Amino acid sequence: MTAETVEGIPPKTADTTAVRTARAARPRQSSGWVAKVLVLIIAVAWTIPTAGVLVSSFRAEVDVSSSGWWTVFAHPFDFTQYTLANYSRVLTAEDMFEAFVNSLIVTIPATVIPITLAAFAAYAFAWTRFRGRSFLFAVVVGLLVIPLQMSLVPLLRLYGNYDLTGTFVGVWLAHAGFGLPLAIYILYNYISQLPKDIFESAHIDGATPFTAFTRLVIPLSYPALAAFAIFQFLWVWNDLLVSLVFLGTNPDIAVLTVSLAQLVGSRGAAWHLLTAGAFVSMIIPLIVFLTMQRFFVRGILAGSVKG
Amino acid sequence: MAEAVEARLEANRRPRWTIGRDLAVAVAVVVLIWLGLRVLRSETALEALGPLAGKLVQAVIGIVLGVVGIWALFVVGNSLVELLPARATTFVRPYLFVGPAIAVVSIFLVAPAIGTIIQSFTEVPEGEGPLYNYAQAFTDPALQVALRNNAIWLILAPAGSLLIGLAFAGLVDRVKRESLAKAFIFLPLCISGAGVAVIWRFIYEWRPPGQPQIGILNAFVTALGGEPVPWLQEIPVNTLALIVAFIWIQTGFAMVILSAAIKGVPIELMEAARIDGAGELQTFLRVVMPSIRGSVITVFTLSAIAVLKVFDIVYVTTNGNFQTDVIANRMFNEMFRFRNFGFATALAVILLVAVVPIIVVNVRNLRRQGIGA
Repeated sequence: MTAETVEGIPPKTADTTAVRTARAARPRQSSGWVAKVLVLIIAVAWTIPTAGVLVSSFRAEVDVSSSGWWTVFAHPFDFTQYTLANYSRVLTAEDMFEAFVNSLIVTIPATVIPITLAAFAAYAFAWTRFRGRSFLFAVVVGLLVIPLQMSLVPLLRLYGNYDLTGTFVGVWLAHAGFGLPLAIYILYNYISQLPKDIFESAHIDGATPFTAFTRLVIPLSYPALAAFAIFQFLWVWNDLLVSLVFLGTNPDIAVLTVSLAQLVGSRGAAWHLLTAGAFVSMIIPLIVFLTMQRFFVRGILAGSVKG
Repeated sequence: MAEAVEARLEANRRPRWTIGRDLAVAVAVVVLIWLGLRVLRSETALEALGPLAGKLVQAVIGIVLGVVGIWALFVVGNSLVELLPARATTFVRPYLFVGPAIAVVSIFLVAPAIGTIIQSFTEVPEGEGPLYNYAQAFTDPALQVALRNNAIWLILAPAGSLLIGLAFAGLVDRVKRESLAKAFIFLPLCISGAGVAVIWRFIYEWRPPGQPQIGILNAFVTALGGEPVPWLQEIPVNTLALIVAFIWIQTGFAMVILSAAIKGVPIELMEAARIDGAGELQTFLRVVMPSIRGSVITVFTLSAIAVLKVFDIVYVTTNGNFQTDVIANRMFNEMFRFRNFGFATALAVILLVAVVPIIVVNVRNLRRQGIGA
């Protein structure tokens, strides 16, 4: 749903941007500086929470517990007040390095599996004819409205019966299932808009539908694939509920969010560790955000309907 | 023409002698995936490598298995389907493409959702009627608090993020370095709920009066001469404190959608209003607002759905203590901690029933904007 709202906006924006830039360049009335000040205030207010955690994660335990993090700005370049000890402590003693690796083991397949399943399905829904096509598609899109809480109890029992609780493959499949309706919906919207001619000429050249899919559909759909991939990657990386239910808290398999929640439970007042732990869990999303901001925005918007 | 194509397709089919090879490859792939999964879940297989190397080898096996495995299954499936006679291949192939997705969705969404609805009526203590779980849900005092809190969240959180997001989107349109300014507001969206909970617990940190306050909010309060407030323990301010953390995340989402919508408002319309003597604020309220009404509704409904399902912020900050519980957190605890499955399923159904009308509003709104949903 939102995918289309967003897709629908850029064309309108494109022709007005030029006009708008020209207007912004013109000296404005008194409202100009008011806007600037307000924007600055909100931007600073929105940054303070993260900044506090970042600064504290580099301060020594005694300092963190005895004075506010903002006091470092009295002598910001006095580097003796910063330390990496908190990071080495959370990564080793608090098992966060293991959790980091576990998060990668969970997140990468849990992103690739639903995209692969969804791309094949979206292609078949868009470009092949088979019995039950529109019914199945309607069911898949209808599933977008179901909160994932509706699945938890029966799945927990199913996993218990088949010994899948606490396994990586179990959590990959759960994330794949929960992400699929959205993935199929986004990819269908994109793949069904590809020009018909390319499939006809591929067919005449003797390409099988499978070749057409791997050689044409996948490369041509990369904006939609990238947008969904980023959304799903961040969703899985940041997820706490699914990992807690299907993977659990054992350090061998716990992911970063679970490990951080455990740390809050066990060391709730050790702010030097909690802030470092929080930052370890945020580093990958921040890199994704800073390097792929455009896709990131598109992915977040496209995925905002996910249950 | 069509016959020529058919003939060429037939000619392009692989020769018969590959049947044995394709079958062998298929068997090999399935066996490899099975073995990989065995190694991945075994506790002892990688122990000999030592903790660090063992973990990294496990990561490589897991990631390769998940990523390559899913593709290998499709390739193998397709090569098997192509062994069939041409007509059968054309008939079967769409099901090969759709089938796995449909199977996964059926196992993980359709069947469990039906199961949840049924269990919410059947899993009741002996001698109780089918509505027992629901009667509990609406009479249990602790759950009254959770339902009330969800209502407070629903009133304050979407409105708060919408208003700030709208104000920021309107203002940022007039400053240079627009995208940089937006990045600051947008950044919280990429942080996990658990991370956000830690960040805001740190802001709300409370120390007894007289001690140095290391939480910035209480430092501020004491600097102004006030008494430090235990923000996360004191009722009812603690629920508001959690809502503020949610607004901090959600504002970026509202801002991006509304900013795009504001840029879509025809410039002539705004110029005309200005020429007619409207001030900046009036132009915004009378011209811009009506034009972006659809996007405002979209933001509001999507935020409302997110609010109803809010879990991780509450779970990691207070775990619902001090009367801050919400339905999704309660459902998790009933299921996972108390193994109270019947009650948990009833809570899931209540959540679904609360979400559906909001989604209906959202879909109608999108249709009205002329965007098929």
